[in-house]
Amino acid sequence: MSRFSRLNQLRLLTLSLLRELIREPGVLFWGIVFPILMTVGLGLAFTKKADVIRKVAVISEAGSADRDSSVVYNFLENKCVKNPVSGKEDYKWKLEIKNEKLGTSVFFFYELKWDDAMILLKRGTINLILTGSDGHAQYHFDPMNSDAELTYLKLSSAIGSGDVIAEEKSAEIRPLTIKGTRYIDFLVPGLLTMGIMMSAMWGISYGVIEKRSKKLLRRLVATPMKKSHFLIALITVRVAMNFVEALVLILFSIIAFHITIQGSISAMILLFLAGNIAFAGIAVFVSCHTSNTEVGNGLINAIVTPMMVLSGIFFSYHNFPDWSIQIINKLPLTILTDGIRSIFNEGAGYSQVALPVLILSATGVIFFTAGLKLFKWH
Amino acid sequence: MPFCNVIEVKEVWKSFKTVQAVKGISFNIPKGQFVAILGPNGAGKTTLVEMIEGIQKPDKGDITIIGKHWKGNEDELHKIIGLSLQETRFIDKLRVSETLELFASFFDMGMKRVNEIIDLVGLEEKRRSYVVNLSGGQRQKLALGIALINTPAILLLDEPTTGLDPNARREVWEILHKLKDGSDTSMILTTHYMEEAERLCDYIIIMDNGVILREGTLNQLLEDHRTLDDLFISLTGRKINE
Repeated sequence: MSRFSRLNQLRLLTLSLLRELIREPGVLFWGIVFPILMTVGLGLAFTKKADVIRKVAVISEAGSADRDSSVVYNFLENKCVKNPVSGKEDYKWKLEIKNEKLGTSVFFFYELKWDDAMILLKRGTINLILTGSDGHAQYHFDPMNSDAELTYLKLSSAIGSGDVIAEEKSAEIRPLTIKGTRYIDFLVPGLLTMGIMMSAMWGISYGVIEKRSKKLLRRLVATPMKKSHFLIALITVRVAMNFVEALVLILFSIIAFHITIQGSISAMILLFLAGNIAFAGIAVFVSCHTSNTEVGNGLINAIVTPMMVLSGIFFSYHNFPDWSIQIINKLPLTILTDGIRSIFNEGAGYSQVALPVLILSATGVIFFTAGLKLFKWH
Repeated sequence: MPFCNVIEVKEVWKSFKTVQAVKGISFNIPKGQFVAILGPNGAGKTTLVEMIEGIQKPDKGDITIIGKHWKGNEDELHKIIGLSLQETRFIDKLRVSETLELFASFFDMGMKRVNEIIDLVGLEEKRRSYVVNLSGGQRQKLALGIALINTPAILLLDEPTTGLDPNARREVWEILHKLKDGSDTSMILTTHYMEEAERLCDYIIIMDNGVILREGTLNQLLEDHRTLDDLFISLTGRKINE
């Protein structure tokens, strides 16, 4: 068979596997839309401070003379907004302490008797009980409850002097919003690398096992097809798909979250390719023997789940015990994630990623070679 | 092809763990002959075909295809063999024409041959359908079309009509009749349908428990019995589909 015919075989194999992939709507959803949804969800959850609602019980005072002299009632009547439709279950006053950087705190004040207030405090419905005595506000809360403590600190700063600070003085507060230090900057590189691993393991491993179980591999090798062409086509389609998925995710993150790639883009492409080689090799090895899709499921999960948890995709792996860090550091997903993250957030270039590229490529080649040796076509 | 017998099977044995699947079977298949290997499930038919197909190695004995062993001649033998396996599934989201084009490329053939095959197996109306949307009979026709794409000298069909309704089965038989009339392809077909063996094949080998019970032309086999069913019952004491 001529070289041209061999190339045509490879082209048609690649095209067929690509068609199989892109004609499956689920593949496009899980490969492209889902990572974006995850980025949006986690990005919004951890980058924008939401309004925090704090509920406070105010113990009602008997006579109007007491109320007039009470620092608490004075504060509530003059500085807070009274609820016009206040019923028994509704809050009676509302106070908003706005802060661009820390988010807005909204306080709802409920006028209750002591016993009722205590029940709600025990249930966790309210954070704190406020009373007035001898011209002073008194705060009743569990000091072990950090949320209650925060409510106290915020509220006392408002009531203490008798003035309401509508816009908190934040000159001393320096929230870290520099690019590269936000959670989204940590998350996006992790999602990219997790995408590579998932796509290779499920796309290649499961794909091969399923084709073996359907006897398609056996049918293919009963022709003069070059066996390596099938695996090359399968890996090529996956890597191409991974590039598209990564590109969409990066573009979306740049537009929606103003993420920047501070390091070398070409070094990132090289590392990305090395990551694909590593996981494609592992995927071929994992799928080299079994034709049972349930066993395949288990094998793939046994590989991806520990790495997904340990390799610092969603949170830093430095939270794990010191003894485990040495092991975690050597996982392919950790090496890839650390490398990609260093390019995104630390401005790393070729010299910083050379070793990870080498290790990942070698990992891929070793596993691929071993997988091919053991590969069962039927 | 200078060989009288395109397939020669000599004293072949094969076992899997504790099961002796094939026990010392021998037969020859001349060029152009259609042979049925008839037997119940577990008779050893598929194992025998897999050994002829080259994916299983005999424990003992010898198999040659056009005078050649599989070892060292894989590429050459793959080019002249057409194959249809029991329950093969192709790529679900490929169209019929795309699937045939893919397999045609392995034999260095193009769309001309694809169109001939689509015409031969009667899938013209389905050429743009995804494989996943084909009925059982249409899938089997596609499998047969793929087996025929290289105009094979030897066609191996493992239970090609199992699970098909009578109409679909007859359509597959029609295609094989056309092939028999229009080419000198040799065929081995495994089946447990007596009618299939009777209608399609020149020579019938009846197998059970890994051995050949009886072999011959239909007339030879029916010398002392009214039907193949009767013959099988007299040989084994049970019906073939029991």
